[in-house]
Amino acid sequence: MKNPLNLVSTTTYGRDLNLEQRQKKATIWKALFRLSTLVGVVALAILIISIVNQAFGLVAIEDTNDRNDFISTSIKEVTKTELIQLIETNLSTNRVRTLDREEPLVERSRHDLMALVETEVFKQRIVDSYSLFGSIFTPNTFRDQVAKKHPEAIVEFKSWFTPQFLQESMSKTPELAGIRTALFGSLFLILITISVAFPLGVSAAIYLEEYARQNTWLSRVIQTNIDNLAGVPSIIYGILGLTIFVRAFEPITSGRLFGYEGANGRTILAAGLTMALLILPILITNAQEAIRAVPNSLRQASYGLGATQWQTIWYHVLPYALPGILTGTILAISRALGETAPLIIVGAATYITKDPSGLFSNFTAIPIQIYNWTTRPQQEFRNIAAVAILVLMFMLLSMNAVAILWRNKIQNKR
Amino acid sequence: MTNQTDKQWAIETQDLDIYYSDFRAVKNVSLKIEPKKITSIIGPSGCGKSTVLRSFNRMNDFIPGSRVTGGIFFQGQNIYDPRIDPVQVRQRIGMVFQKPNPFPKSIYENVAWGARINNYKENLNDLVEECLVKSALWGEVKDLLQRPALSLSGGQQQRLCIARALAVKPEIILMDEPCSALDPIATLKIEDLMRELSAQYTIIIVTHNMQQAGRASDFTAYFTMDTDRAGSMIEYGVTSQVFTNPTHKSTEDYISGRFG
Repeated sequence: MKNPLNLVSTTTYGRDLNLEQRQKKATIWKALFRLSTLVGVVALAILIISIVNQAFGLVAIEDTNDRNDFISTSIKEVTKTELIQLIETNLSTNRVRTLDREEPLVERSRHDLMALVETEVFKQRIVDSYSLFGSIFTPNTFRDQVAKKHPEAIVEFKSWFTPQFLQESMSKTPELAGIRTALFGSLFLILITISVAFPLGVSAAIYLEEYARQNTWLSRVIQTNIDNLAGVPSIIYGILGLTIFVRAFEPITSGRLFGYEGANGRTILAAGLTMALLILPILITNAQEAIRAVPNSLRQASYGLGATQWQTIWYHVLPYALPGILTGTILAISRALGETAPLIIVGAATYITKDPSGLFSNFTAIPIQIYNWTTRPQQEFRNIAAVAILVLMFMLLSMNAVAILWRNKIQNKR
Repeated sequence: MTNQTDKQWAIETQDLDIYYSDFRAVKNVSLKIEPKKITSIIGPSGCGKSTVLRSFNRMNDFIPGSRVTGGIFFQGQNIYDPRIDPVQVRQRIGMVFQKPNPFPKSIYENVAWGARINNYKENLNDLVEECLVKSALWGEVKDLLQRPALSLSGGQQQRLCIARALAVKPEIILMDEPCSALDPIATLKIEDLMRELSAQYTIIIVTHNMQQAGRASDFTAYFTMDTDRAGSMIEYGVTSQVFTNPTHKSTEDYISGRFG
């Protein structure tokens, strides 16, 4: 018992204050709150650690073709002209032409050519991989296992996150596969989604809060429905998007109406519109919340000066509500960026090597790639799936950071 | 009383009743406001004095279910005539609110905005200076015009709100308990300001502060609640008359602080 004031008796004015028990209760509640926070933090930490655990680690590399059949010395001692010669003689003419078109072989760096020879001529492949923690704490287990199964293989440490991963498109071989197509797909998709959903959502929120009569049964029905729609499973929106945007509006979403030939409705436009539908309820409710938080005194001040309703909304209500609306938009973007189910239904391609080039392109998105890679049997695909998750998280964080900075800038101007 | 029918009143109400849905908040108010004078409306809480004031520039329109019967005449026209746009009414009859409510913009922008949206074509800088001078704020803020209005003190903010109201060139300024959120010194400044402004503008002020009504107004209207909770005007006259020699018992009780 603490008793710094030397208040020996816990009775005041003849009443028992029951202090000890009250304080005990307070301590228990505080401990509970702290525990809840801790559980959340630990869960998040485990998530991030398990992803990082997959993204780096030891790998076993082996040549499919014996390199001694091609060169007699170590590859490091082979000259640049000899490297080019190796490529030109051992690869198909078509492949050489493709490579030459990407960047003329003679202009490429030695390092680049060496990598080409190793992957294309020797057909160097990763045959086994190991997690980060395993690599740090029990590397010998992995080495023994590799020595038994692949006696020729070299074991080295590999970061699966490479610049090449960002630059390459999908491939059958995990170490050659990249996320460029999916990255562009996701960015483009979000752009379409936001440019459709933001104006629609904010306008609807303005109408519901500023114009529509409150507390009529109709407005209450609409409000309840919007609130409920925010909780509808995303796959339902996928089915809706498939029926409406992919099938019913096919002439528009496939671009046939605008002269695009040979496409179907499973385009990035259809997916963007579906996503817009999905985040619309979130956007509307958040924008409504923000508009409702605008003090009435501000509206009255504006009306009192002879402003019309539109002038009041445009010059006072919207600027004041904008930070709140932006917060809601951040939430909505995050949701759309990570959403997978509706995209699968609307028909995102899982194997595509062409970047989206317009509204009517086929596309894939990062979550689709992650889903696709994690369902494959090879361990290496799980490694690149982990890196793709890191890329997705980084994308989310940076988009949110931009929106938050923008919001703070607006708020500070007041 | 004989030649008063020809007189141009600033505002004249005839048998004014104001309802909130089915509830009659104010009944039978017939009030003639003297132009270019200060008229105060006093009375206990809930007697409908703010409701009456806000009906003068149709600010009650924003309260769902509110409606008005009888007439409120401004320059010979009933401002509740369906042909009249309330936006125009509010430009001609300005308002200062209970709590200072400057826009979260710069001091300059607070004054200039109203004029700009009302299609003011002349020099805005001159207008801002003129209004701030009139509201006795120019000396304090002339070097801080780009500072946020919310950085001013409460009293300064309220004078800024008055300047803002002046900028749209109203003829009447309604003040709804403009000093209730201010300290006594700021209150006195606003009262001095009202006195100066009354040379050019008709001022109608609702106040809970009896001394303020006594000190600062030329005419006083006393409102009270009836048994059906509808507010009505009991007494109206020259302030000194109402305060020193009220004709109604209820007025005397209220003024002498026996209730309210």
